[in-house]
Amino acid sequence: LDGNTGDKEYVGFATLPNQVHRKSVKKGFDFTLMVAGESGLGKSTLVNSLFLTDLYKDRKLLNAEERITQTVEITKHTVDIEEKGVKLKLTIVDTPGFGDAIDNTECWKSVADYIDQQFEQYFRDESGLNRKNIQDNRVHCCLYFISPFGHGLRPLDVEFMKALHEKVNIVPVLAKADTLTPTEVQKKKIKIREEIEQYGIKIYQFPDCDSDEDEEFKQQDLELKESIPFAVIGSNTVVEAKGKRVRGRLYPWGIVEVENSAHCDFVKLRNMLVRTHMQDLKDVTRETHYENYRAQCIQSMTRMVVKERNRNKLTRESGTDFPIPMGPAVSESETEKLIREKDEEVQHFLHL
Amino acid sequence: MSYIYIKISCHVWYVVYRHKRKEYRLMDKTRTVKPPFPGLQTGLIRSADLFGYVGIESVLDQMRRKTVKAGFEFNIMVVGQSGLGKSTLVNTLFKSKVSRKSSTPNYEEKISKTVRLHAVSHVIEEKGVKMKLTVIDTPGFGDQINNQNCWEPIVKYVNEQYEKYLREELNVNRKRRIPDSRVHCCIYFLPASGHSLRPIDVEFMKRLGKIVNIVPVIAKADTLTVEERQEFKERIRQDLEANGIHVYPQRELDEDPEDRILNDRIRASIPFAVVGTDKEHQVNGHKVLGRKTKWGIIEVENVAHCEFANLRDLLIRSHLQDLKDVAHNVHYETYRVRRLNESNMNLSELVLSSWPLQNKMDKCETESHL
Repeated sequence: LDGNTGDKEYVGFATLPNQVHRKSVKKGFDFTLMVAGESGLGKSTLVNSLFLTDLYKDRKLLNAEERITQTVEITKHTVDIEEKGVKLKLTIVDTPGFGDAIDNTECWKSVADYIDQQFEQYFRDESGLNRKNIQDNRVHCCLYFISPFGHGLRPLDVEFMKALHEKVNIVPVLAKADTLTPTEVQKKKIKIREEIEQYGIKIYQFPDCDSDEDEEFKQQDLELKESIPFAVIGSNTVVEAKGKRVRGRLYPWGIVEVENSAHCDFVKLRNMLVRTHMQDLKDVTRETHYENYRAQCIQSMTRMVVKERNRNKLTRESGTDFPIPMGPAVSESETEKLIREKDEEVQHFLHL
Repeated sequence: MSYIYIKISCHVWYVVYRHKRKEYRLMDKTRTVKPPFPGLQTGLIRSADLFGYVGIESVLDQMRRKTVKAGFEFNIMVVGQSGLGKSTLVNTLFKSKVSRKSSTPNYEEKISKTVRLHAVSHVIEEKGVKMKLTVIDTPGFGDQINNQNCWEPIVKYVNEQYEKYLREELNVNRKRRIPDSRVHCCIYFLPASGHSLRPIDVEFMKRLGKIVNIVPVIAKADTLTVEERQEFKERIRQDLEANGIHVYPQRELDEDPEDRILNDRIRASIPFAVVGTDKEHQVNGHKVLGRKTKWGIIEVENVAHCEFANLRDLLIRSHLQDLKDVAHNVHYETYRVRRLNESNMNLSELVLSSWPLQNKMDKCETESHL
């Protein structure tokens, strides 16, 4: 930036990204990641490997008896990570008990309800009066673990993804990929991608590259798209391989290195989640999933209000057009106020 | 008359001759210092040793010849979710393409909506010994979202085979060799999750452990390190004990201390962690069955890598006959006793009851005998 010549043409807003950058660094980022899948697929190990933490240190594994009576729970672990001055508040939402029972009908319901609850919470906060410190607990990404032992997607996988694909960004992951040879990995990936298309499941789509990006970037982007589902291996232990200490798994027949891209797609997944697509995941959550929820919510509230109004029209002599406060079954005044506010908003839209 | 010289020890020989083509008679109990030349008629040799020892020995020989001629039957059932490598493991165990996958021309790896049972038979031969091997597959088990009672078709099948055998046995005019379609062994495949038994595993093994020999195995175990494998097995054994599940070899059936020692060693290492494959690779100049990955080759028959060899030895090389014996003497007998008590009928009534007999002639003959 030459300050002397060209000073007159130079406005100076090119520094905006830097300003934004500085503010974000001060504010810090937050990210909520959900992991879902049957037990024993390495979810906790992968989370620990991705973020180099030990979130599940004091976990107790249930034995068979305890598991028979277990229902699907939703657990949250939050950890603050800082790297080079940038703070990240990471929340991991886990779903222990998913898919473990003999009868797993609708076991995804509690997961869907949780996601909706977070949306509702945000909706209320957003519509509230004090919006300074809204906490964004919405789920930004859901890693769904597909078992490597099957021949592709299982019925439970299909049902789960179909129930949630319009509520959250689903990134399918092929778990425990060290049980597969390279050919098997390729075959399974192709099969799973076909089945995803066949069943109409809308997984998270990577945004297309702009045409003016350089070739290398485009190539990386293409590779990323063709790696779905990511074949991952996680590890909590550090082993010695070829003189280096790496995160890996030690077998009698060799050492699997988690961060070696020839061995698995762990690095691709981590880069995608943290280094390149974190912001996009949050944007899609905000712009698509949350907006869908909000629109549905408002629609149903409008219907509720219209129904009420019609009902009151029939019961009251003076058929007034104003929204009359609801009858005996009054919920909290907060909801009432909210609905009235929203109704006014809807009226406003209708008049537009 | 043909003579047979049987060597008992380096100093003791017995001479036997065939008597009327039915039995062997000991010529004399004798002892000699030098072994006789075959074909050379020596004089009578004397001894002061045991009496009927030789009779038993030769009977073994006769038995061996007869059974080798008749052949063996073995029925093995494989149960587990789809994709756990059941067909591959059975093919690897018997070193031939005996599974449903290899036998059905239009085999498609699709998940079926209900649990069906599918039996495929092959006759395999090794060194003159023939075995009719039947592999019963259970596609659809544990694959649905709601797997409640998915074990029922399997329980029904096992009991049906016992019933068939019982009917045949009770028949007045029975066949010389009753066709044995009873399940001798059921291999249950556990996914290598590394945690513990799942509710469906417990429910299945509880119910089936009472009526058939169950051998649980950890499938696709190449995803477990050695420590993880040990911990997983330990937890499984605890779970089995806590739920009162008796897997093969059952502790109560050990007959003598020798058996007990041998079986204890086996019980300490079940469930076997196996890896199966039909592909061969070159390792150190040898061709081995294995899975080739980017970080190494997993040799299926190498006991340092996985326990496939232990499973094969147990199932085929050492305990195959025992599996059949336990199935016949314990499980079948339990079923028989239960059935006979249940029905409260006497034997002949049971036979006359409306069981569709195999061929009409049998039926007529039965009636005429009364």
